[in-house]
Amino acid sequence: MAAAKAAVLGQQNAEVPGAQREARPLLTGSEIVCRALEDEGVDTVFGYPGGAVIPLYDALPRAGFHHVLVRFEQWAALAAEGYARATGKPGVCLVTSGPGATNLVTGLADAMLDSIPIVAITGQVIQPLIGRDAFQEVDITGITLPVTKHNYMVNRIEDLAPTFKEAFHIATTGRPGPVLIDIPKTLFLQKHVYSYPETVFRRGYQPTSVPNMRQVRLAAEAIAKARKPLIMAGHGIMLSGATELFREFVEKTGIPVVHTLLGLGTFPESHPLGLGLMGMHGHKQVNDALDECDLLLNIGARFDDRATGQVSGFAPNAFVVHVDIDPAEIGKNVRTDVPVVGDAREVLKLLISEVQGGRHDDWMAWIDSRRNRVLDEALEERPEWPEPYSIIKAIAKATGGEAIVTTDVGQHQMWAAQHFGYDFPNRWITSGGLGTMGFGLPSAIGAKIGRPDLEVWAVIGDGGFQMSCNELATAVQENLDINIAVINNGYLGMVRQWQDLFHAKNYSEVKIGAPSFEKLAEAYGIAGMTVRCDAEIEPAIERARTIRGPVLIDFVIEPEANVWPIVPPGAANSGMLHQQRYEG
Amino acid sequence: MKNRHILSVLVEDHPGVLNRVVSLLRRRSFNIDSITVGHSEQPGVSRMTIVVIGRGEEVEQAGKQLYKLMEVLKVTDVTPLNCVAHELALIKVAAKSQTRSEILQIAQIYNARVVDASPSTLLIEATGPEQQVDGLLSMLKAFGIRELVRTGPVAMMRGSSTVGIKESTRPERELAVAGNGASPHAN
Ligand SMILES: Cc1ncc(C[n+]2csc(CCOP(=O)(O)OP(=O)(O)O)c2C)c(N)n1
Ligand SMILES: [Mg+2]
Repeated sequence: MAAAKAAVLGQQNAEVPGAQREARPLLTGSEIVCRALEDEGVDTVFGYPGGAVIPLYDALPRAGFHHVLVRFEQWAALAAEGYARATGKPGVCLVTSGPGATNLVTGLADAMLDSIPIVAITGQVIQPLIGRDAFQEVDITGITLPVTKHNYMVNRIEDLAPTFKEAFHIATTGRPGPVLIDIPKTLFLQKHVYSYPETVFRRGYQPTSVPNMRQVRLAAEAIAKARKPLIMAGHGIMLSGATELFREFVEKTGIPVVHTLLGLGTFPESHPLGLGLMGMHGHKQVNDALDECDLLLNIGARFDDRATGQVSGFAPNAFVVHVDIDPAEIGKNVRTDVPVVGDAREVLKLLISEVQGGRHDDWMAWIDSRRNRVLDEALEERPEWPEPYSIIKAIAKATGGEAIVTTDVGQHQMWAAQHFGYDFPNRWITSGGLGTMGFGLPSAIGAKIGRPDLEVWAVIGDGGFQMSCNELATAVQENLDINIAVINNGYLGMVRQWQDLFHAKNYSEVKIGAPSFEKLAEAYGIAGMTVRCDAEIEPAIERARTIRGPVLIDFVIEPEANVWPIVPPGAANSGMLHQQRYEG
Repeated sequence: MKNRHILSVLVEDHPGVLNRVVSLLRRRSFNIDSITVGHSEQPGVSRMTIVVIGRGEEVEQAGKQLYKLMEVLKVTDVTPLNCVAHELALIKVAAKSQTRSEILQIAQIYNARVVDASPSTLLIEATGPEQQVDGLLSMLKAFGIRELVRTGPVAMMRGSSTVGIKESTRPERELAVAGNGASPHAN
């Protein structure tokens, strides 16, 4: 009897051992995808439908998560990143085959370079058409090979659930990163029983989280010997959820901390030991400290070239200890004396008990003496026009430094990195490795959806805003409280600055027109304001904070304001340039 | 100093794995001299033998990057090990009746055999260390080489030791810089 019933249920079921007896329900591939996402605890999916995923979208209204309809697939990937960066949970995006899939590529590359856990789902043409240049067919697993931590094309419906399990595992463990799952339309329509694996085993994937104790002791010995130690705090500290332990470690050892761009937020900048941004637009005393230190303890950073400047001149006097979960990062760019492979949290746990308490008063005094006081004072000046740093400082002040700040890419991004003063983890959200223009608004949307309890400010250039301002419609549709600060200089400012400083002011193709942003806001049915003088900065920010839904402030700044200091391309950090009037 | 290194790489036999390995080495500018792929002693596991040219640190970095691929189970730089490293070459050499016997003699010296012939050519199959094949080729050059196929080397350790996964989970040449007992699979 039971066997006869199973036979009626179809041949898929017959392949499953035991299925005849239990007669578990058959789910469509679409339902299996939804169930897998639910079982992963996914609450939001950023996506855009199309032919290959129509059957999957058919199942979405019954799924236990919210789908956010973006206006361009690239921004789905970046919204998923914003969500992931703000929550520490994996972000999920879903698009159709062909152009939908290729539109994801930049977002995946962004997540890859910044180690952000993303699971991207792409539809693929039906199986019999694969390889025949079918309508909207692209080889997305081939295309995304270099920009994903791993990717899959699922060929059999019974592999669907296990693939999701493995994909989430790989995206979120070890060094996190984007994972793509390409699913032929055929599978969405087939049926199979659903069972979600509880564990994952991949022979070739066994990240080391607990470090070798011998290496930890060598690191502790180096710390004990150092007279001028410095910690380079990287994103890895945040990714491993180790900021509390890190603070304990820093306070115990008394070692000052400098931050990589993505390391901002790992240790409070308001703390006496928190020195802020290093590298190309780093603070003078920070880059000077790097030049002078005798021990550099890099925790969870990958010695990116924008952080190190010319490597041969980087931290020339330092004994280098490098803590990283990815062994391939060790020795890749900078010669390392003591490698410690492991998860930052596990390493810090062990290291804290191995190190002695300490203070470095002379060293701290030396670093303090290297501050650019002329610039410090200049930054307190409030000329009539809205100075970019005044805008950033005003946002920090109004929000008590507790807001999530997302940025686009360019000068405004560097001003936001230099002047906000980040004290909390996962609140500074910026495209570091790839420098993806258009990042600011979609990442703010993702961040706000992930952390509705936090105030969100998107600091965006007038150029980058014109790349992704179409997402205003998404923010409106989702009724998100997002404050958008457009730092409007009428230029592709960062490129103009390089042309100014390194190409004899040959301003080639950097003057960029724009619509009235205030009117654009109005067209989207949201509040828009324009700020043209210093006195209006704070009132505008306060007003924006009281308005529900998205708000836009267009800050019209001095067109040719530059970001200072700057390390010229190819130079060592010690060769940083200061604005003439601020030379200190 | 740039040297030739022979990497023995065990990989899961999944579709696309060769593509992943080659794409990775190319995009990180590692110089591949030759690559061979085939079954290994274990079902579901293929063995690739990759000859890369680079400085020691570069090759080590290549190994560490390879470990980041999910399918890669083991990477061993067998260059410093006591290995047999042989390749196969098929050489079609021009042969007239006057030169035929001389070519046969040369082939014999190099332990190569003639596997096919035509009125105007001989097809010679040679196996052995690369230098030996190089030597044979330089001797045959004068007669006119019409076509050449070389596989690049495959390698195996002499004696009873093996380059396999069961022996140890780590490469013999433990990633020297990260030489700290970490699983090389970490990423
Ligand atoms: C997608 C993309 N294209 C080009 C660039 C190169 N780029 C870096 S900064 C920049 C200028 C950005 O201008 P804007 O958004 O107005 O910001 P500003 O520098 O003026 O603050 C450009 C074009 C990039 N980073 N990303
Ligand atoms: Mg601009």
